[in-house]
Amino acid sequence: MKRAGFTTRWLPILLLLPQLSIIAIFFYWPAAHAVHSSFYLADPFGFGATYVGVDNYADLAGSSEYLKVARFTLIFTLLVTFFSLALALLLAVKADNIIRGAKSYRTLLMWVYAVAPPVAGFIGLIMFNQSWGPLTEAARAIGWDFKLGVNFNDTATAMVLVAVWKQVPVNFIFFLSGLQSIPKPVREAALIDNRSARGRFWDVTFPLLAPTGFFLLIINITYALFDTFGVIDTMVKGEPGNNPMTLVYKVYVDGFRGNDMGGSSAQSVILMLLVLALTIFQFRLIERRIHYT
Amino acid sequence: MKNLYIGAASTAFALIANTAAAEVEISWWHAMGGALGETVNQIAEDFNASQDEYKITPVFKGTYEEALTAGIAAFRAGEQPNVLQVFDAGAATVIGAQGATVPVQDLLTDNGVAFNIEDYISGVRYFYADADGKMIGMPFNSSSPVMYFNVDALEKAGVEAPKTWEEFQTVTAPALKDAGYVALSQSHLPWIFTENFHSRHNLPFATNDNGYAGSDGTEILVNNDAIKAHFTAVTDWQDKGYFEWFGTGWGDNQTPFEEGKVAIWLGSSGSFGGLAKKDLPFEFSATYLPYWEAVTKEPKQTFIGGASLFAMAGHEAEENKATAAFFEFLTKAETQYFWHRETGYVPITKAAYELAKADGHYDRFPAAETGIKQLSLPAGEHTKGYRMGFYVQIRDVMNREYGRILTGETSVEDAFATIEKEANALLARFSKTQS
Repeated sequence: MKRAGFTTRWLPILLLLPQLSIIAIFFYWPAAHAVHSSFYLADPFGFGATYVGVDNYADLAGSSEYLKVARFTLIFTLLVTFFSLALALLLAVKADNIIRGAKSYRTLLMWVYAVAPPVAGFIGLIMFNQSWGPLTEAARAIGWDFKLGVNFNDTATAMVLVAVWKQVPVNFIFFLSGLQSIPKPVREAALIDNRSARGRFWDVTFPLLAPTGFFLLIINITYALFDTFGVIDTMVKGEPGNNPMTLVYKVYVDGFRGNDMGGSSAQSVILMLLVLALTIFQFRLIERRIHYT
Repeated sequence: MKNLYIGAASTAFALIANTAAAEVEISWWHAMGGALGETVNQIAEDFNASQDEYKITPVFKGTYEEALTAGIAAFRAGEQPNVLQVFDAGAATVIGAQGATVPVQDLLTDNGVAFNIEDYISGVRYFYADADGKMIGMPFNSSSPVMYFNVDALEKAGVEAPKTWEEFQTVTAPALKDAGYVALSQSHLPWIFTENFHSRHNLPFATNDNGYAGSDGTEILVNNDAIKAHFTAVTDWQDKGYFEWFGTGWGDNQTPFEEGKVAIWLGSSGSFGGLAKKDLPFEFSATYLPYWEAVTKEPKQTFIGGASLFAMAGHEAEENKATAAFFEFLTKAETQYFWHRETGYVPITKAAYELAKADGHYDRFPAAETGIKQLSLPAGEHTKGYRMGFYVQIRDVMNREYGRILTGETSVEDAFATIEKEANALLARFSKTQS
């Protein structure tokens, strides 16, 4: 077999250079900086830093509060990912069946995609306003004394709801296009074999949607871990108090509000490792079991 | 490219305003939004109009925390503003970083501006000073927590504003409850019910002279019986419907007072201007923070809250001269009186206070004098303030634990043990950054 190749050694390197330098400057250099600062306790103004070894990490491991935040982040991520995917899949399957007015329905289901996370958070604040929020009143009507910003679980519920609401449209778009790319002959064959719509869905449609679903799973986990920052920041009004927060928000609270560079760098490094683990999991364990096309 | 742009812009500017070519321009980063921000802009405009050598440009940088972080980041990049507003909780960070700022006392005397610390009212004199009493930051928006009350509600209930917490829980609150009100809410548990609780009762808040003597070995003294008894009482009031907590946010607790649902609200003397402009459907007034007679028979003054202005280091001598000129303008009695009248923050000099009195401001609005009178009450051993590093995070810990007390997730005893433990760990960490 003939291999296509470059005649000189330098041309490919030259062509890769712009991309590599962007990665180096904007990703590796700051990441290396964070790893470095995580071993120091530094004066925020940059006058001096004391090497403290792994103290910053040890403090985190020994902090029951940090573990509580980690546990909340895990539950939050599971809930947001599950409900975002499940609701979007349900809506996509239903929308796929509609023939008349399909475009209007789809557009209506997608528009929330354009809402920025802080705006979504702000809408959440209005809907759950303590004295006149419509959703607060709805909750009271069923005997739930909903108190955003006061009660930990109520605030967590509101955060999950807003984060899911914001993410469903993205998943919906992908699921819908995934459904539409399932070949018609396959569907027709299934129709002959199995008369139950539910059975056809689980036996044929769902496995064929797996590549889309897996891609969305990773996207949604990342969304819940990192991109919900704006929602959380708006909903706790910048002051977490006794309200729930995620790990990435804690990095901000300790580093940017509290000016503790070493401690928040150590937290960033932990998050970097988490993303690394997620990536390995994605490529090694799951990609092998899923068949694209 | 950037230089080219700046060059083009400055050429254009020079063409438009060649008469102003000799002006020295300085910048002022602040955290005053809304109506306060407009007043800040007015002061800057007045300063610029008062002379033609200097021009100051105020820039709004978000919340107090955001302004401080922006200032620190800019300092590290060598792009710091001339004047940076830093709030009370950030004072230890900025004062601890010697070399980040020019002490305001040095700045003024070096530039030929007369400075006498005795010109300032006693409550604000030493909060932003170093251990030797040298003023490092210029007190700017200085406030004190005061007790606002709905005059109509108190009349309806047939009670007076309470002087002590004993009076509140036995007389005021039950009467207000019968009259259909939630008696009390407050807007900042760490500031009002912790820091100023210690000052009002003259209790030590931290070792090393409340932290002023240096960060090394400073420990917080918050886990004491007086404050634990106070929080136990607060939860009791909550159970009886005398007190309601609406969350950590400032506004969430102020709104029910404005709506007439809550009769007494503990807020900032700096809230006065905003409340007066809101045209509330009831008459309101203000008085001193109550105290526990069981703790002290002689209540003392409170700390100032709010923020001060720091002259950032690393600027040319002529820019520092401009900053000194601005501080001189800012501390003039007329400027201070204008600021005090518009916002409710206290006038920081005795001359400005006298001017406000002479002008009859307090005859028109007696409540406007509460903050400064409370700051001028007798001082005690532990009333000049506190100086603790990573204090923003310590406040976050307090807010978290207090929230848990008030939602029944933890007990008063456990919460204060946690605050003490975590705060001391943070103080020890901060101390390590200072070596």
